[in-house]
Amino acid sequence: MKRFAKLIQQLELSNKTNDKIAALVDYFNYADDKDKIWVIALFTGKKPRRPIKSALLKYWAIEITQTPDWLFSESYSNVGDLSETIALLLPPAENTSDFQLHKWIEDLHDLEGKDDETKKSFILNAWNTLETQERFIFNKLISGNFRIGVSNKMLVNALAKQSSLDSAQIMHSIMGKWNPYEITFTELINGTHVNTDNSWPYPFCLAYALEQEPEKLGDISEWQAEWKWDGIRGQIVKRNGELFIWSRGEELVTEQFPELHFLIDVLPDGVVLDGEILAVQEKQVLSFSTLQQRLNRKTISKKQLEDAPIGFFVYDILEFEANDYREQPLSERRKILEQLIGGLDESAVILSPVVKCKTWEELAELRQTSRSINSEGIMLKKLSSHYHSGRKRGDWWKWKINPYTVDAVMIYAQKGSGRRANFFTDYTFAVRDGENLVTIAKAYSGLTDKEIKEVNSFVTRNAIEKFGPVRTVKPELVFEIAFEGIAESKRHKAGLALRFPRILRWRKDKKAAEINTLEDLRQLLASTFIND
Amino acid sequence: MALIEFTKRGIYCKQGDFYVDPWWPVDYAVTTHGHSDHVRFGNKHYLCHTLTKPIIKRRISEDLDVETLNYGESTVRNGVNISFYPAGHIIGSAQVRLEYKGEICVISGDYKIEDDGISDVFEPVKCHSFVSESTFGLPVYKWQKQDIVFDKIKSWVSDNIPQQKTSVLIAYSLGKAQRLIKNLAGDVPIYVHNSIANLNEVIINAGVNLPETIRITPETTKDELQKGIVIVPPAMRDSRWIKNLSHPVTGICSGWMQVRAHRRWQSADAGFALSDHADWTGLMDAITATGAEKVYVTHGFTAAFSRFLNDEGIESEEVMTKFGQEDDEENKVDLIDTENLNTETENQTSV
Repeated sequence: MKRFAKLIQQLELSNKTNDKIAALVDYFNYADDKDKIWVIALFTGKKPRRPIKSALLKYWAIEITQTPDWLFSESYSNVGDLSETIALLLPPAENTSDFQLHKWIEDLHDLEGKDDETKKSFILNAWNTLETQERFIFNKLISGNFRIGVSNKMLVNALAKQSSLDSAQIMHSIMGKWNPYEITFTELINGTHVNTDNSWPYPFCLAYALEQEPEKLGDISEWQAEWKWDGIRGQIVKRNGELFIWSRGEELVTEQFPELHFLIDVLPDGVVLDGEILAVQEKQVLSFSTLQQRLNRKTISKKQLEDAPIGFFVYDILEFEANDYREQPLSERRKILEQLIGGLDESAVILSPVVKCKTWEELAELRQTSRSINSEGIMLKKLSSHYHSGRKRGDWWKWKINPYTVDAVMIYAQKGSGRRANFFTDYTFAVRDGENLVTIAKAYSGLTDKEIKEVNSFVTRNAIEKFGPVRTVKPELVFEIAFEGIAESKRHKAGLALRFPRILRWRKDKKAAEINTLEDLRQLLASTFIND
Repeated sequence: MALIEFTKRGIYCKQGDFYVDPWWPVDYAVTTHGHSDHVRFGNKHYLCHTLTKPIIKRRISEDLDVETLNYGESTVRNGVNISFYPAGHIIGSAQVRLEYKGEICVISGDYKIEDDGISDVFEPVKCHSFVSESTFGLPVYKWQKQDIVFDKIKSWVSDNIPQQKTSVLIAYSLGKAQRLIKNLAGDVPIYVHNSIANLNEVIINAGVNLPETIRITPETTKDELQKGIVIVPPAMRDSRWIKNLSHPVTGICSGWMQVRAHRRWQSADAGFALSDHADWTGLMDAITATGAEKVYVTHGFTAAFSRFLNDEGIESEEVMTKFGQEDDEENKVDLIDTENLNTETENQTSV
């Protein structure tokens, strides 16, 4: 546990990728094999089941430290993290322990199904044997996520460096389905488990945003242009009579989308497709807000199936006849895909069309029409490109249309959490509605640290009212808010909701009188609605 | 009648007609310590601890009219007895004890309980009313013993040197810097920024036993610095000078470093929770030891700390002051004026 605590500390303290990778390599060189498994599991979001509710941890911590509830809340809002607040509040440990990470995880696992008294005495005993930093991690094992800025790619790079194995293979291996209680470290990084597992997906090939003129990419004939769809990137795997649907978040979402289950009878074995899960009606893509009704639901009602039918727009084929086709050029893969999918006359599985243009200008013009078909721009893929693991510069580009923007005034500010626990970083924005201001979006990020400090200073000086962590501020600061879409919403006072709002820039040149009106947004809503 | 009142110029003793740590110019300013949020330019007369005198003369002006007292000594002003007791915050920091017709009030300025090896150790003083800071007045702020923290710093430095990294500690010129010097001095040479070297000179001349350090000059080589410990004030933090060192890694020594969010926000390479302010336990112990019937809570987590005292049966009131707003880098972490680092007056760019 001490070694892991040190790793976390090192990862938290550095902003430099190389330092983080060095810390990970160092850890993988010396840590216990069983611990390594768990570190990979934790960092890739494979959390062990939580045997204890965080509310109970808080309750016990309050009880043994005799901290009043309100003082606990004050502390929590300063620290910004529950696990850490508890770790810091507790008195110094009286004992020490050399238990390793996996031992703690296994012991926690064994608590499942035990009564609260047993759980409590285990937790209290643990708290009394761990140092503050270890305690924090211990609490996180129970109640939280390790958000410490280690991407899968970074983790894989460190493992590759440490083991001298191929990084794509490791990525492949750790992304598949494996049980941290059963697998060994060597098995895991060598990927012995993935061959016997029908479900394993490939790492998605991702694109960078195009920041230059497309002309710089060379001759348009070397490129395949497609619409960029705004849904959930997914991979459909059919092997040995089984069908799996993976989302980009490395989650198996097969059950959520019954519309696609017929593929089990249609696709041959040994096929993996890359595409986009979208709300689709009569082969037309519906808005993201329609798709949203179908996401993260445990059960789906008949009405939801009717209101938001799902379809899969296929981009690529990664495996065919049980062979890995990722090293084949895109042009070859597309041919196979057209034979396989093009022949299907299904309304739910559609080959994502190639946009054919003779010149970049022609394509640029077409791109402007993206919104009319609920697309967010154009994807550019080099015809000769392989299907890379992760993001690689050069072969795939996303050429998105510019977002919608609105000028709005800040009316509430709230302190952030984590790194930003002591700064007002979460803002609520409003537009004008006659004499009134009506909130339209909440957004954070998009500002530089320096700007955050400036806004923070403004909030401190211009707070009108205080509701817990929220401050009402004088409506004075104007920001340009970018967003990806707009939808009707009964939950919001404005009657509409913005999709993915974020701060584009601080309009210091504008006064609150010059912001947009609710009517402006209503008009925008009306114009996008027609396309649904 | 109460011995002190809180006015817009600062803490005022009407009976004695003087102020303690006023923030607007007054005739007579009793000064707890040399940090610039507690002692300002423009007062006609100053009364401070003997060790604070050369510090404020150096930092504010040689022309100041300053009277001094040692700890335990007293003077009478308009019938009010004024005496000083160690506050343990920095060299020369004093709690100001006022006594008038049997009524006793102690204004503690900034204080910490732990012996830091260089300031006189905090001494609790019985009183009727007590003015306390609350910079770290939340129970999540409980310090480890300084030996443990210094061991961490030392091992950080000894990890850095063989990796060709330059260890740069960010510490306030007055107080934290001397504490670091005193406790880190040993095999590794300590290089200090001009503003720190200047203050060290003053402090050593005043008779304080401070280990030897090396003033950084344009002739100091990167190689020398890489093999030593570099201490610079907060104003230098994001300077090009640091970036140009050989693989610089920065370490911040501040109580705020107790919390991950602060550590990450500061984007330093290392954070060491080392504070010159009392932690939660220290504040509570100090207050209890005074036996005060009334506690005025100034700068820090005033609302929470004051509420807690009241709940504990110690009558308390939060008071708005201008303390903790400018000078002390520990107060800077979540304060507004982070851009305004104008407190390091001496040649910060000349290094």
